[in-house]
Amino acid sequence: MKFAIMVSEGPYTHQATDSAYQFAKAAIAKGHEVTRVFFYHDGVNNGTRLTVPPQDDRHIVNRWSEIAAQHNIDLVICIAAAQRRGLLDENEAKRQGKDADNIAPGFRISGLGQLVEAGIQSDRLVVFGD
Amino acid sequence: MLHIVNKSPFDTGSLASVLRVAKKDGGAVLLIEDGVYAAVKNGATEASLKSAGMPVYVLQPDADARGLQSRLMDGVNMVDYGGFVDLVAGHDNVQSWL
Repeated sequence: MKFAIMVSEGPYTHQATDSAYQFAKAAIAKGHEVTRVFFYHDGVNNGTRLTVPPQDDRHIVNRWSEIAAQHNIDLVICIAAAQRRGLLDENEAKRQGKDADNIAPGFRISGLGQLVEAGIQSDRLVVFGD
Repeated sequence: MLHIVNKSPFDTGSLASVLRVAKKDGGAVLLIEDGVYAAVKNGATEASLKSAGMPVYVLQPDADARGLQSRLMDGVNMVDYGGFVDLVAGHDNVQSWL
């Protein structure tokens, strides 16, 4: 079965992103496919590569990057939410005249249409938030 | 429909809403994160869960993390994340009551 996930809460603030990750891992372990994780609202903060948690804590951002690389998951960050919160990829940084970008490997910035598409193309869309 | 509740009944009215509007849709309730507090034995929401008329599932890792292993009411079904996935796959729709 194809699963899509939406995360609307940031890392290290609430359990939502941890729950979403554990769910994705379990779905893959059960032989399902996780096609896309859409990060919306504060969820976009899951995709900044500048995150440096203490060494004895889980690295939420890297964890997403790794599972995406291993299982071909499309990690999409909502562009409007991302711009408000200072999350930029190379193109957006250029377009906005900023001196750096900060998007983590495996993530890409796109629009809300990607969430709608994920809902249409997947068998289930599961939402995790606060 | 699978109704997912992730908030304590003392924080929000999500669970009450689910029990009010979803009773007869043939679905199930899954309590995750702080939602698991609703299933504490002798707690304020035990009676309403018992009379919900729909199966109630509790995400075991979240109950365990809150020390509720042996403190949950009778009649709820414990699931791990794999069971969570099975519940989602087994229902046509999933609604997270955020």
